[in-house]
Amino acid sequence: MSALHSTAVIQNQAKVEKPIKEFWRYFRANRGAVFGLCIVLFVVAVAVFAPWLAPYPPNLTDNTVFLSPPAWQAGGSSAHWLGTDAIGRDLLSRLIFGARLSLVIGLAVVVISVILGTVLGLLAGYVRGIFEIAVMRMMDIILTLPSLLLAIVIVAILGPGLMNAMLAVAIVVLPHYVRITRAAVITETSRDYVTAARMTGASHWRLMVSEILPNCMAPLIVQASLGISTAILDAAALGFLGLGAQPPSPEWGTMLADAREFVLRAWWVVTFPGLAILVTVLAFNLLGDGLRDAFDPKLKR
Amino acid sequence: MLRFIFTRLSLVIPTFFGMTLLAFFLIRLVPGDPIETLAGERGIDAVRHATLLKEYGLDQPILTQYGIYISKVLHGDLGKSIITQEKVMTEFLALFPATIELALCAMVFALLIGIPAGILAAVKRNSFLDHGVMGVSLAGYSMPIFWWGLLLILLFSVKLDLTPVSGRISVQYFIEPTTGFLLIDSAMSDQKGAFISSLSHLILPTVVLGTNPLAVIARMTRSAMLEVLGEDYVRTARAKGLSQLRVVSVHALRNAMIPVVTVIGLQIGVLFTGAILTETIFSWPGVGKWLIEAISRRDYPVLQGGMLLLGVIVMSVNLLVDITYGIINPRIRHTP
Repeated sequence: MSALHSTAVIQNQAKVEKPIKEFWRYFRANRGAVFGLCIVLFVVAVAVFAPWLAPYPPNLTDNTVFLSPPAWQAGGSSAHWLGTDAIGRDLLSRLIFGARLSLVIGLAVVVISVILGTVLGLLAGYVRGIFEIAVMRMMDIILTLPSLLLAIVIVAILGPGLMNAMLAVAIVVLPHYVRITRAAVITETSRDYVTAARMTGASHWRLMVSEILPNCMAPLIVQASLGISTAILDAAALGFLGLGAQPPSPEWGTMLADAREFVLRAWWVVTFPGLAILVTVLAFNLLGDGLRDAFDPKLKR
Repeated sequence: MLRFIFTRLSLVIPTFFGMTLLAFFLIRLVPGDPIETLAGERGIDAVRHATLLKEYGLDQPILTQYGIYISKVLHGDLGKSIITQEKVMTEFLALFPATIELALCAMVFALLIGIPAGILAAVKRNSFLDHGVMGVSLAGYSMPIFWWGLLLILLFSVKLDLTPVSGRISVQYFIEPTTGFLLIDSAMSDQKGAFISSLSHLILPTVVLGTNPLAVIARMTRSAMLEVLGEDYVRTARAKGLSQLRVVSVHALRNAMIPVVTVIGLQIGVLFTGAILTETIFSWPGVGKWLIEAISRRDYPVLQGGMLLLGVIVMSVNLLVDITYGIINPRIRHTP
């Protein structure tokens, strides 16, 4: 009996893992998520080493090869693996450099919206009252408008370009971060540890930033990782509509916009940039789903 | 019930005014003053500038201007297009049926495939079929639909020559709009082949616009079904010896549909967002294409009015969904 008891104790002790280790164990069990992570790492590597990986500079035109097909097709040459576009630029090189833009866009949008969203959500959830109502109403309005429409209007007013497109997308996705942070803050504020900290005389600033905020991070991380995919997709859509990154920038959406008129003649200029967007967005979605499952205690078991 | 409806309505009113504020001030952010924007590159002399400023009420304090704007909006006056001099409302109403027709078809497409796929995936959980449905759904959810549209054109219009590339109907037909829905109008007309023509123009845009909602609906149906299939009443139904078909289609599906209905309602905003891209790709003459063209022409009244109108429509649909949901599910009604 006592032997049985002691093994149970040992098993219990073994079960207490470091949070990061436990997290990794759950994450690793999700094959889709690991696959997503691998692709994301691959895209990051491509973006970082772009100048060494790409056979040509992204904007180098070669007026001897306009719309040359990919290497494996009749008429293609191994000088341009994925073929060339209408003014003789190497498609593969442009895609490789485009990975930089897409990742920067995704990260920048998420960073802007996480910072703004956390500040607004934290204040709304902590201060409550009229400030909370004003902020949340504003967020409802942004959520009600079709997201791309609002982004388009903002860009149309600020002027087309990569910076304005990123800002517009960040504003459009802001409500999600504000809502999540506010909900988490309200739940956490009523917990005993916050009351205890307040009793010991912690300032409002300290309560908000070092007590409550760290405990609201998990849902924010999940939303941020899923948000990167939305950001890349929306920014590419703006690029496609001619409102995002401007030519000759090798942004994938902008490349598709350029390629549209050649849809009847050159399938490759249309196919590859879109495929790059799809694969990257898919990978971030898989990663985000995996993170959510690994963080969510209800689904563990 | 009445109280529930009133609470929901009272939430809508501030949202509406917020939207008018947003529409009003966003346009004010355009660099340069509105008269110069109106004049465009031709420029304008100082005297005419002053008269126009007065005529448009732009010499008034900003709050008075907003007051004038809001009273006009409440009377259905959203200003005139700078380019066509047509009322924004008139243009919108002329083009909106095309967008609605496309959006409705896309929704029907998404439901017809998404719900059965979600049910199958849930019933055959962890099977090859389930993984397949979820994989395709994830791809559909991540799909850049502007590229998807181009791919389908490449395959079905260019390679296979099955469907037309753009527009709503072949130019040889002229259909007088009675309902505004070309599919119905052409079916009622006596012109041979008109219906087939409008149908074939509709197929690709429908698939493209329906892809995102399809993915979301399939995922949602699957997870709702999985939850319901574990409930006691489903086990009871099974214990009574009912067939699998009856258990799934009657006992489980009805309850699983509640969250799915909400998701369907929320997809309306997604549909309008997608319509902007889909209409641009297929030159579909709806409000999405109209708005994009307004941008390139710097037609700000159209942009402002179109945004407000679409916002109000989405808001009203959300309200309707909320109320319907309250009627279906009494628990919602009593939680504030």
